[in-house]
Amino acid sequence: MHNNDSKKEHHVTGYGTYLLVWVALIGLTSITVTVAGIDFGMVALAIALLIAAIKSSLVINIFMHIKSDEPIFKVFLGVSLFTLIVIFVLTAFDVINR
Amino acid sequence: MSHNEHAIANEQHVHRDDTGAKMGMWLFLFTELLLFGGMFLIYAVYRFQFSDQFRVAALELNTSLGTLNTIILLTSSLTVALAITAIQKKNKFFAIINLVLTLFFALLFMVIKYFEWGSKFEHGIYPGSEELLNKQNGEVLFFGLYYVMTGLHGLHIIIGMALLFWILILVMKDKITHDNFVKMENSGLYWHLVDLIWIFLFPLFYLIH
Repeated sequence: MHNNDSKKEHHVTGYGTYLLVWVALIGLTSITVTVAGIDFGMVALAIALLIAAIKSSLVINIFMHIKSDEPIFKVFLGVSLFTLIVIFVLTAFDVINR
Repeated sequence: MSHNEHAIANEQHVHRDDTGAKMGMWLFLFTELLLFGGMFLIYAVYRFQFSDQFRVAALELNTSLGTLNTIILLTSSLTVALAITAIQKKNKFFAIINLVLTLFFALLFMVIKYFEWGSKFEHGIYPGSEELLNKQNGEVLFFGLYYVMTGLHGLHIIIGMALLFWILILVMKDKITHDNFVKMENSGLYWHLVDLIWIFLFPLFYLIH
């Protein structure tokens, strides 16, 4: 029987790695909730977004396998993030300079 | 005869392109990012214009329920990831347990959402209500965005539950195995995307003070 054994072995992420990421995600969630209770003004928004970005990168890299997957998926993601950033930055200039 | 068998065995492998299937999924996720991205853009502009009124409106939201739902959704992302590893390690039983847990957490998320929206409705805050329309423009916008964005997210949760239920059945029927699990992987990607969107929805709606 012909099998695709020659195909590249699929990367298997261990249970422990996922558990660690989950602990980190829950930890970051409690940090963001705690920080939101303190009055930091506009800085609070920046901190909240920074923590959300760190959580996203954990989910994308580990849960969604981007770190261990083929490079083409990093390109896909890069293009989408770049598109979003361009749209946000251009809109920000428009709104601020009105 | 043996030639024939060989041909059939070959055919089962020829028509599969896992990388292609995953590329299609990522392209779809790209369109989802733009869909929600557009909404986050509207949110950003109005929050900039009405930052004080957004703060007042956000006080109405229940931070504890929001936090609880965040933890539930993050945990459901963990269980779906564990289920995929379990399938790769040929542990069907552990995969099924984790898929069932994921579905349970998803349902729990929706139940909490139901009570959360329900209490808003009881206080007369729902799209087009007199109580809401008497508020300031920024507050009306805040609740409009809140209902549309968490509503669309909730719809994604329901679609994700249907997908994962289908995956659960395929796993039980041995249609998804350690060497053929791209459907499960793609459904997992969808589920993680739903989680990703919530990671941003949560601080932007529930944590403004």
